Amino acid sequence: MSRIITLRDALREAMSEEMRRDETVFLMGEEVAEYNGAYKVSKGMLDEFGPKRVIDTPIAELGFAGIGVGAAINGLRPIVEFMTWNFAVLAFDQIVNNAAKTLAQSAGEYKCPIVFRGPSGSAGQLAQQHSQTFESWMANVPGLKVISIIDPYDSKGLMKSAIRDDDPVCFMESEISYGIKGEVPEEEYLVPIGKAKVKREGTDVTLVSYNKMMLVAMSAAEELAKEGISAEVIDLRTIRPLDHETIVESVKKTNRLVVVDECWPFAGVSAEIAYEIQKYAFDYLDAPVTRVNSADTSLHYAPTFVEEFLPNPTKVIKAVKEVLYVGA
Amino acid sequence: MSTVTAKKRSTKKSTPEFSKDTYLNWYEVMLRIRKFEEASLKAYSQQKIRGFLHVYIGQEAIAAGLVSALRKEDKIATAYRQHGIALSRGISSDKCMAELFGKVTGVVKGKGGSMHFSSKEHNYIGGNGIVGAQIPIGTGVALAEQYKGTDNLCVTMFGDGAARQGALHEAFNMAMTWKLPVLYICENNKYAMGTSVERTSNVEDIHKLGLGYDMPSEAVDGMSPESVHRALAKAAEHIRAGKGPYFLEIKTYRYRGHSVSDPGTYRTKDELNDYKDRDPIKETEEKIISEGIATQKEIDNIKEAIKAEIAAAVIFAENSDYPLGSELYDHNYVQKDYPFIMD
Repeated sequence: MSRIITLRDALREAMSEEMRRDETVFLMGEEVAEYNGAYKVSKGMLDEFGPKRVIDTPIAELGFAGIGVGAAINGLRPIVEFMTWNFAVLAFDQIVNNAAKTLAQSAGEYKCPIVFRGPSGSAGQLAQQHSQTFESWMANVPGLKVISIIDPYDSKGLMKSAIRDDDPVCFMESEISYGIKGEVPEEEYLVPIGKAKVKREGTDVTLVSYNKMMLVAMSAAEELAKEGISAEVIDLRTIRPLDHETIVESVKKTNRLVVVDECWPFAGVSAEIAYEIQKYAFDYLDAPVTRVNSADTSLHYAPTFVEEFLPNPTKVIKAVKEVLYVGA
Repeated sequence: MSTVTAKKRSTKKSTPEFSKDTYLNWYEVMLRIRKFEEASLKAYSQQKIRGFLHVYIGQEAIAAGLVSALRKEDKIATAYRQHGIALSRGISSDKCMAELFGKVTGVVKGKGGSMHFSSKEHNYIGGNGIVGAQIPIGTGVALAEQYKGTDNLCVTMFGDGAARQGALHEAFNMAMTWKLPVLYICENNKYAMGTSVERTSNVEDIHKLGLGYDMPSEAVDGMSPESVHRALAKAAEHIRAGKGPYFLEIKTYRYRGHSVSDPGTYRTKDELNDYKDRDPIKETEEKIISEGIATQKEIDNIKEAIKAEIAAAVIFAENSDYPLGSELYDHNYVQKDYPFIMD
């Protein structure tokens, strides 16, 4: 039996189910308990689990991320919520230098099963410091896994997998996707980490994306269909480890690839995918791999800047027509 | 007058504060560390040990007091000047020396080197190479003990340099708010690399930093195992009673530079010699003999045993193999079939 629920509810169900299943799982972060979550993801969880397992922290990202790492090293499974990944920058020492290195430094004796979660990417006119996309930053670090979601079904299944995973996981959400609705089964299920998903089948071009840029890619695919261009759309869902096989298989069929990626272009997710495809599908490509990224700038406040900065369907359609060598 | 004297005599006769075993253990622990570090410096000069090497010479009384005042179940998280703490915890000289040599027989299989010993068996969370990063981590280790309902505590150690990191304040604040079972120890050896304590802050008494969070905070003489033990035992009792964290600033001194590449030109010979005059190993040995706690023969036996142990550890390390290069991919992920990018 399925029902239609929001992504916000799907995440809460995942965390709550795992907390019922495993006493060592707990949630900590700013405003997660009494305020019911800055974006209401943890609404009601304090009532069910109490203050021992749903912990409000002061505004001290480095400190509470480190406390999470220590708790994970000592046998618990913390979920550490950042109000946004922009604030997690203050905690990078703990994520990059510690969570990601614990297993290696101890030659496998101490593991660090922790989930760092929160919204990544832009969310309207929030200006330079609140609009950054962190998937490629975190995915650069061996020792971490990186998940980035847009679909309620995937969100729940991947969050449960992340909590059960013995490695540290960075889980990327979006402020503007929490209200997205989708079909989610009532019975338990998991979505495996490291597997992309073909969201729309097509034959002429492959679009690869993740998180809310999936909405851009899907919208572009619909527009292209009206012009008789059949786009296959792949949702990466996991950024690290990257499921390049699913992309390669698709490119073997379509012979063309456009990556739609909210990260900045330099050394971003799109750059890694372009490398993988030229290496493993070189003979199948009928055009250079093309990408639509956020602009190589900071994101300023005014709406005109937001429009200019972000990928949108128009930019994607233009890129698709370039790789198909058809007139705009 | 005579009553007072009689009282003193009877107190001393009935139960000495520390047993013979404790004194001999302190002596052994401190001598092991001293001789281990001297051997590691020699091996470094022979280029058998590479990378960074921060030795514990001068600070041994802290490790000694730590091991006698706490329980084996207590956890320890510390910084990169950590060979001494690891040895006092009971990790063998063989495994520690082999780790410095980068050998597969090392305590973390050649993956950590001088800064990163750790051992679950010894509840030794280990040495951290990022100044102050272990302060929130040790606090989180303590949170897990509280969460699981044990009466263990986590000793979270750091140097005077780390006391200036923001992480300390964030961790102190949450530890006090949540009454976590954590014993913070600042090993104040007066210099953060080459920068003296008074040059890093208006507040030279580092223990006062705890007072801003209403944390019980004291300064301790770190050149004597007795004073370290007393302070730690008192703090541990407070913490195990569920009263929350405790902060000890243990005043100590490192005889050597920050690392082997540091000649220590930022301090005077007189200052160094003042501390060497109070050397904890020398003073403990003198006390053991002068007060008749043990015989010279017993002391000499310990000296011989340590000398042999350290010599054997160097040979063990030399004769061990390096890890295979292909083991590079082990221990990055718990997931066994993690698909690394290999091209």
